[in-house]
Amino acid sequence: METIRKLIRKQSLEKLYNQLSATRKVYAPVTAADSQTEYKYNPAFTDITFDHIRSTLSVKNVVFPKVENLFFYSNAKTESTITDVDINKIPEVVLWGAHPCDNAAFDILSSIFCWDITDEFFSKRLEKLVVIGLGCSKSDEYCFCTSVGLAPDSAKGSDILLIPLQNGDYLADILTEKGNNIVQLSPELFETAGDEKSALTEVKQKFSHDKVTTKLATAFEHPFWVENSLRCLGCGACAYVCPTCACFDIQDETRGKDGKRYRSWDSCGFGLFTLHTSGHNPREVQSQRWRQRIMHKFSYMPDRNKSLGCVGCGRCSSGCPVDMNIAEQLEVLQNI
Amino acid sequence: MSENIYKPYLMKIENIIEETSDVRTFRLKFKNAEDAEKFSFKAGQFGEYSVFGEGESTFCIASAPTRKEYIECTFRKAGRVTNGLANLEVGDTVGFRGPYGNTFPIEEWEGKNLLYIAGGIALPPMRCVIWNTIDLREKYRDITIVYGARSVGDLVYKQELKEWEERPDIKLITTVDPGGQTPDWKGEIGFVPMVLEKVAPSSENTIAILCGPPVMIKFTMPVLKKLGFQDKDIYTTLENRMKCGFGKCGRCNVGKVFVCKDGPVFSYEQILSLPAEY
Repeated sequence: METIRKLIRKQSLEKLYNQLSATRKVYAPVTAADSQTEYKYNPAFTDITFDHIRSTLSVKNVVFPKVENLFFYSNAKTESTITDVDINKIPEVVLWGAHPCDNAAFDILSSIFCWDITDEFFSKRLEKLVVIGLGCSKSDEYCFCTSVGLAPDSAKGSDILLIPLQNGDYLADILTEKGNNIVQLSPELFETAGDEKSALTEVKQKFSHDKVTTKLATAFEHPFWVENSLRCLGCGACAYVCPTCACFDIQDETRGKDGKRYRSWDSCGFGLFTLHTSGHNPREVQSQRWRQRIMHKFSYMPDRNKSLGCVGCGRCSSGCPVDMNIAEQLEVLQNI
Repeated sequence: MSENIYKPYLMKIENIIEETSDVRTFRLKFKNAEDAEKFSFKAGQFGEYSVFGEGESTFCIASAPTRKEYIECTFRKAGRVTNGLANLEVGDTVGFRGPYGNTFPIEEWEGKNLLYIAGGIALPPMRCVIWNTIDLREKYRDITIVYGARSVGDLVYKQELKEWEERPDIKLITTVDPGGQTPDWKGEIGFVPMVLEKVAPSSENTIAILCGPPVMIKFTMPVLKKLGFQDKDIYTTLENRMKCGFGKCGRCNVGKVFVCKDGPVFSYEQILSLPAEY
């Protein structure tokens, strides 16, 4: 549908939130006293943060939970059986106040989970998700959305995008039918927009993703990978906080004869990730695993998934225990 | 309505063959007749086999698509899942998802000579295409199989080796590593590359299909080149670690190529264009 721009005042936003929160699951950011922001289900409106820079974890778990049960089994030798998970029980979730980088990640995750055959767990969760995005009024040195083709007010992935205004109110861009359905719950809260000034932050571009992608096509054997990953611990924190990392493991868990098979988050940064049973490992050292991470996001995905695998949220860098900064590295890499 | 792509078919173990002390072949039948009806695959494709409670493991389908009543897999007891599989008995249930991956281009090979070269536990990924082409025997010219193992005890599919040996329309050369022979061993003694050099099959109008441990591949390639084989006429399979089998879990890629989607079958020409990440 064509985007409709409206104005919503802060007190109307509270009414809208309370209405939504009373009738469905709403996942919204709350900043604790230690200034860490975490998403919670149905917090009080007064606890919700509107000016956080980035939550500690991304919000990908709403479509790609840390652990997703795939089915249940009963292991009885000749009479083993499988019981399905009822995906129709997946509830509608309103994602409230997530920033454009996080929301742009849903398309990228889609390009992985649905590129060939469709992963019904992912697609059902995405179908049940309504995203009320929030443009960014603050940023920091780790933000680099503008280097990967996004901006503090990118609408990608949002059903409604709220843009903060200097007077404390918000513009509401209604982008999809799903978003419009939310508006129709209380259309009176959405007023005619004027020419109010936005309070969006500016994020400086650090590198050209096109240049990075072009460079990577011939950089597989470059010493850059070893030089820039010597301090990498292989801890996987970057993948853990990343909104687009989708690598997963599949494991069984049994008690007695009953159990479940589940899919859980994994990371290409771990040595065990690619280890063959024979002991051979195609990515046996950390530099090869670091290269895989960058190559996957900036070279393989643009080619195979027609999408970069990065939204420039900066979490991998801000969360890295040894301060490996991806944007700084790509700034160097584009010119090697 | 989509379906659960992670949910395996339930299969009944119909037969177990102890190939060697640690290698077994299972013959599996679909427990649900409708699943059996719908299922089809082509030579080269693989599946995820599961023991509920232990997890899944990736092997090729080792039987031929021309034999429709069952599928077979051959595995070596090596890790958690394969040990779990080895503990099962005839009649027990296993899970199977598949088929996944690409296939050997056997239609393109029609009218040509086929040279199969396998080492050790790498005969199983080739057994499917070997039987497939034998079952369509009139479409191919000479079929030669060179198969080597560490010792006589390590040769798999002993019954079939005998059958192939007795067939006048198949040339089978078996070899064991020096020291791996028994007193009554009548085959060759020596490593696969050396035996291949000695046998020296013609590369004229011939496709070579090669599967084996990396060290065998490394020393066999120069022999094939010396015999005049071109990179595009040599095929092999890659076996990276996998979980999902359909290009999502992120493990098996070699550069931008997914072994599970774009492979496991590759021509040597394709392999040369890939980074050495396998």
